[in-house]
Amino acid sequence: MKIGVFVCHCGSNIAGTVDVATVAKEARKMPDVAFASDTMYACSEPGQDGIIEAIKEHKLDGVVVASCTPRMHEPTFRRTVERAGLNKYMFEMANIREHVSWIGKDTEANTAKAIDLVSMAAAKLVHNKGLTPKSFSVNKRVMVVGGGVAGIQAALDCADGGLEVVLVEKTPSIGGKMSKLDKTFPTVDCSSCILGPKMVDIAQHPNITLYTNAEIAEIQGYVGNFDITVNKKASYVDWEACTGCGLCTEKCPSKKSRDVFNEEIGTTTAINIPFPQAIPKKATIDAEFCRKLTNGKCGVCEKICPTKAIRFEQQDEPVSESVGAIVVATGYDLFDHTRYGEYGGGRYADVITSMQYERLLSASGPTGGHVKRPSDGKEPKNVVFIQCVGSRDKSVGRPYCSGFCCMYTAKQAILTKDHMPESQSYVFYMDIRAPGKMYDEFTRRAMEEYGTKYIRGRVSMIYPMGDKYIVRGADTLMGTQVEVEADMVVLAVGAEASKGAPQLAEKLRISYDSYGFYMESHPKLKPVETNTAGVYLAGCCQGPKDIPTSVGQGSASAAKVLALFSKDQLESDPQISEVDIKRCIGCGKCIETCPFGAIEEIDFRGMPKANVIETICQGCGICTSTCPQGAIQLQHFTDNQILAEVNVLCQQTLQQSFE
Amino acid sequence: MSSSLTFAYYPGCSGLGTSLEYDTSTRAICAALGVELVDIPDWSCCGSTPAHTVDHTLSSALSARNIAQAEELDVQGIITPCPSCLTNLKTASHRMEDEAFKEKVNKLLEKPVENKLPIMSVLQLLHEQVGVEKVAEKVVKPLEGLRLAPYYGCIMNRPPEVMNFDDCENPIAMDELMAALGADVAPFPLKVECCGASFGVARKDIVAKLSGKLLDAAEDVEAHAFVTACPLCQMNLDLRQSQVNSLTGSKHDMPVFYYTQLIGKALGLDAKSLQMDKLCVPPSKAFRKMEEAQQANAS
Repeated sequence: MKIGVFVCHCGSNIAGTVDVATVAKEARKMPDVAFASDTMYACSEPGQDGIIEAIKEHKLDGVVVASCTPRMHEPTFRRTVERAGLNKYMFEMANIREHVSWIGKDTEANTAKAIDLVSMAAAKLVHNKGLTPKSFSVNKRVMVVGGGVAGIQAALDCADGGLEVVLVEKTPSIGGKMSKLDKTFPTVDCSSCILGPKMVDIAQHPNITLYTNAEIAEIQGYVGNFDITVNKKASYVDWEACTGCGLCTEKCPSKKSRDVFNEEIGTTTAINIPFPQAIPKKATIDAEFCRKLTNGKCGVCEKICPTKAIRFEQQDEPVSESVGAIVVATGYDLFDHTRYGEYGGGRYADVITSMQYERLLSASGPTGGHVKRPSDGKEPKNVVFIQCVGSRDKSVGRPYCSGFCCMYTAKQAILTKDHMPESQSYVFYMDIRAPGKMYDEFTRRAMEEYGTKYIRGRVSMIYPMGDKYIVRGADTLMGTQVEVEADMVVLAVGAEASKGAPQLAEKLRISYDSYGFYMESHPKLKPVETNTAGVYLAGCCQGPKDIPTSVGQGSASAAKVLALFSKDQLESDPQISEVDIKRCIGCGKCIETCPFGAIEEIDFRGMPKANVIETICQGCGICTSTCPQGAIQLQHFTDNQILAEVNVLCQQTLQQSFE
Repeated sequence: MSSSLTFAYYPGCSGLGTSLEYDTSTRAICAALGVELVDIPDWSCCGSTPAHTVDHTLSSALSARNIAQAEELDVQGIITPCPSCLTNLKTASHRMEDEAFKEKVNKLLEKPVENKLPIMSVLQLLHEQVGVEKVAEKVVKPLEGLRLAPYYGCIMNRPPEVMNFDDCENPIAMDELMAALGADVAPFPLKVECCGASFGVARKDIVAKLSGKLLDAAEDVEAHAFVTACPLCQMNLDLRQSQVNSLTGSKHDMPVFYYTQLIGKALGLDAKSLQMDKLCVPPSKAFRKMEEAQQANAS
């Protein structure tokens, strides 16, 4: 076999701390290596052309590139060797950047390790064989999980592109956090006026199937062919029959049900429609507060309903859906401010969250848009806003910036003045982070035109005094302590990952970070892809974002889905397990250990044997290390290939030990 | 070990001087609640405020000596009524979890310290070991009608990783104990606010401002009296109340009890052991209001 080795400088990324010329020189001495050189940027056009030329000139059978991570450029170089006429699996990559040059500064040690990695790759390559992908057909339907603004955008774009879309939302109505907002920054336009029509489009689009009050129960399959079980939670109302007339909500005697839509700043009836623009506009019963469901007495709604839609006996119902791609747009949750004991931690009635304040400002909110203190219903005069509650604070485990709080606080300060011209707003802030288009101008308007007093510093404590609250903090620009007398305090709570996000990630088999936010495939170049093919991200499930960015990402993920579905057939990855039928004794251990359910038992001439379902196998290799017979082998990572790597490494160590 | 509670007792220097009534009432209620106290033999100063500003090793050694003395007793732990002593003992113990530091401390000591005994305040002992329910069971004269502002001071629960007791922003141990006595506990917002501490000597104006604010807040929540857990806080609020009044022009007249005195009173202990007469602002006014409320309730 004739192998070519190309050692990449990666500018100074690798060459800075690895002697690449020596690595190439040593590579020439390795068995089967017919050609070796170092190259400035192997991934560049001249770099790739150089590889192709060398393959042709030296009649090479395989290529090793020693450069960056395979995640970055393995597909690039595979295409390169393919262009030169080789099978693309006759290629190996040695990672001498992330595994060598970026982790140590000792050139001698780095060079030695780089040589080791190259020799391992070359030894493995000797045992490589050409693999051919198989193709399979694609189910051109898409599921969008989460009905906030990002999910709505993704669903509409996919549907307008001609795809059949299934939208799943866990609450009774779509709209998400945006539907709760009174106005949006920096335009101060009505949130529900711009979102409402999009919500209606979802309801009326012929290509969209909408499941609200529903959650993902189970996901099977792979890109192109996912089988998903959706659990439709009991609403105790037949939504086919319900017309959303609202008679039941007027007559329901249980009026203390939690008002989730209004952030529990008000109460609602046990049977309710979350808000006037809800899509679908159907009633749902809160089982915890319904008198009929808790103690069997009442049933007023059942008697009054003109369409006889009430179903107290209704149960959760599973629905099966088959799709080819999934867009995850599950959004975020707000930080629980009660963790800040010094701010009153939920003890003081007039210390509220920013979202609660948003509901007080909203004309469709519990006070009809009149700002009233929860404690006594009086209109506040001095309103103090505290930023970074659950953002940029390591002590509560939220070191990251939530990004949008500076902006919504400025908006709320402006709206406060609009609602109550006699009022005075104060904002305690750490820095103003307003990098978007017209954003900085907007925060300046809050200060300059609306007279909001911005105080740079953290608040150490809030305590009630009489019917007011004393807000004590530092003014770090003045270098002094300040106390502000407030009638109402609004905590600008930060964002955190949606509850249950890690559990959903495990069902989707995508990665998430230590805070529960979903991880994109590449932070810069693959911002809406995940590492699981066919699963895309949109909106705040990936990290806090404002509305424009969420919408942009919703469209981006829709574009990705449309591009994926532009092909009728997809190629499967041939790096999967394969059973040597002669060696297999049918013990079934591989079937038990496979986390993807990709191995089945078949009858082969009266004997039980294992069989790999190619499209489900993810190539993880657990089965190969389980098989007592060595009968199941992961293609491209066979026992022989891995042993070849180990041997070449150990031989050197063995020789050293005898010297 | 038997189920009874036996603890090494560290009175601290104020316990034998300025806060004698805290010490005697603590001993009295512990006896009444079945907690046996063994005074640490030959205890020395904990280092108080000055030592740790000079040298952490020396400061820890001062407290470590007392811990070592207690280790020779057959006890379940060390308790002290004074939050300042508690801070020094716990900080020393916390630092000595680092073996290298412990070695440095042991070099300064006659006999090495093991650092295994749990250390807690009397308040923590009553709340966690004795239990609020047991205290409630023993009440013979409930404090019904007495509205109290519970004041913990700034160091009883801070820093949380060292003190490891109750909530550092909104502690509730004393609130619960007082409620168990039948008292009406006001939602006092400044439970852990600074009273001015030892600035009473150097800068009376600072204490007048800070303690004055506490007194204002207690009046604002319509408390009849303060209930405190710290000798220094008690002194600033009680002894210096007239100073506060003359410096700020206020007219405060609010008794400031130790929580141990009030527990003793509710348990029906004799006046001598509770030493109510040692308080500067006479407590009679608060008790009169309590009795009035009880009579109004009865009729």
